[in-house]
Amino acid sequence: MISEQEVARVAYLARLSLSPEESKSLSIQLSHILEHFEKVQGVDTSGVAPLITPTEIEPHWRDDRVEPEGNATTALANAPEAMGNLFKVPPVVG
Amino acid sequence: MQILTASLSEIAQAVRSRKVSAREVVLAHLAQIEKCNPRLNAFITINHAAEKQALELDERIAKGLEAGPLAGVPVAIKDQICTRGIKTTAASKMLHNFIPPYSATLVEKLEQAGAVIIGKTNQDEFAMGSSTETSAYGLARNPWNSDYVPGGSSGGSAVAVAGGMSPAAIGTDTGGSIRQPASFCGIVGIKPTYGRVSRYGVIAFASSLDQAGPMTRTVLDAAIVLENISGLDAKDSTSANQHVPAWSRSLNKSLKGLRVGLPKEYFATELGSETRKVIEGAIDILRLSGAELTEISLPLTQMAVPVYYLVATSEASSNLARYDGVRYGYRANFSEMPAEDLAEFYCRSRGEAFGVEVKRRIILGTYALSSGYYEDYYKKASQVRRLLRDQYVEAFKKCDVLLGPVTTTPAFKIGCKSTDPVEMYLNDIYTTSANLTGIPGISIPGGFAANGMPIGVQILGGHFQEQLLFNVGAVLEEALSLKEFPNVL
Repeated sequence: MISEQEVARVAYLARLSLSPEESKSLSIQLSHILEHFEKVQGVDTSGVAPLITPTEIEPHWRDDRVEPEGNATTALANAPEAMGNLFKVPPVVG
Repeated sequence: MQILTASLSEIAQAVRSRKVSAREVVLAHLAQIEKCNPRLNAFITINHAAEKQALELDERIAKGLEAGPLAGVPVAIKDQICTRGIKTTAASKMLHNFIPPYSATLVEKLEQAGAVIIGKTNQDEFAMGSSTETSAYGLARNPWNSDYVPGGSSGGSAVAVAGGMSPAAIGTDTGGSIRQPASFCGIVGIKPTYGRVSRYGVIAFASSLDQAGPMTRTVLDAAIVLENISGLDAKDSTSANQHVPAWSRSLNKSLKGLRVGLPKEYFATELGSETRKVIEGAIDILRLSGAELTEISLPLTQMAVPVYYLVATSEASSNLARYDGVRYGYRANFSEMPAEDLAEFYCRSRGEAFGVEVKRRIILGTYALSSGYYEDYYKKASQVRRLLRDQYVEAFKKCDVLLGPVTTTPAFKIGCKSTDPVEMYLNDIYTTSANLTGIPGISIPGGFAANGMPIGVQILGGHFQEQLLFNVGAVLEEALSLKEFPNVL
């Protein structure tokens, strides 16, 4: 069972604000989901290395060479707010 | 040539030989979009430069210049994939105004091959969903019956192709998101081997599972598109340094001696009777074609859904941390109520912009990775993932391909599963294994349910064995010879 407090703690770790209703329904749903996923614990995995990428081929590397990829204008084009060549953010109180 | 039902190879050939202009092809599809999209909601954005790009292509052809294997072929791109200068939202409010400064490698490859990007298709938000009901831009509807979901997450791409709005589309498949909507909409959809298609410019959901691939009306068309978007890419270190065969020219319809495995776990009690009947019909065709069928067992299949959701949400919680409201994307309004601290600045922007399914998965993933739970959830799931992959690798020593259903039932009605996440997640029971193990999988139209909704057949192959999937798919396609179209065509 994941309590509403636990949901709130994890939501903060994920930097996600939730309404009280969202926290409540997520607490019920996540408990239900994890209950269903509990069967994974029954698989014997002693000595098994985690598989983190499916094909495990050697990644290839490109040359460490700078290539032109746009400029400050293109980088700032999607900014919520910009000033000159800078991203602008609102003042934060704390 | 009936432009809206023509295959893309027919279109490209007609455009190259100037029997029809690329402009006419594009205009016909734009008109079909205008007619169908208000009801079906397959597209989020139309590429208004498509007509101009088609004109330029026509001019090239008139001058006798090479136009490419996809000359004048409209291709619809899932909104999860970056297109330079064309709004790319991932169906999220978070990216409501995002215009990418670059295109995904696969989009560049399509354009180099002569394709015209016709628009950006609807999907579940950040590809999280199995029904295209979680889109921030409204749900999409199935062209065979608009009371039903088109599947997801690449639902808009499937609707575009099935509804004659584009002869081909690109989807992404993290746990079945190409194959399941292809099955629900009666088209072909292939998830290639992990690493086959560059992920550069594909908005990341779960990086060890995501693959982009084609959705088309024929097997040959899927092969043509895939051979044009595959290959090693310096911009994606996980793209595979593997030869890309000319699949479309090597289609071999002789299945004599081909070893086809039938995993008994794919035929257990949860499989619906109408779907079972369609799969059994496909088995009969393969038997008559000289294939050798054997029942096999993949016992860990029952673990695939939990393992998948633990791994995918963990990776998603990390990948979606980039949306901070600073450099691009949605930012909450702080002018009246300033943030108390930096954390609140992030929390409010993200809390306002992400939809409920995305929040659910970020929280589940954060929980599975958090101190005290990591060992029991993410690590445990990753260990079971290796065991699952080993079972599949073993199976492909005994069989050349596996055959089974894509889903337990055909498309379900809009709204009927959206309130129960577990019910929705279980929808992915037959598709998630391919992503966890990295193998390719294809969905081929196999028949129809009594209510008229399409049912797909899934073929799985070993790593980099796409050719076998196309071969088996082509045999089924020819033998079944399904010629029905939705009535929007």
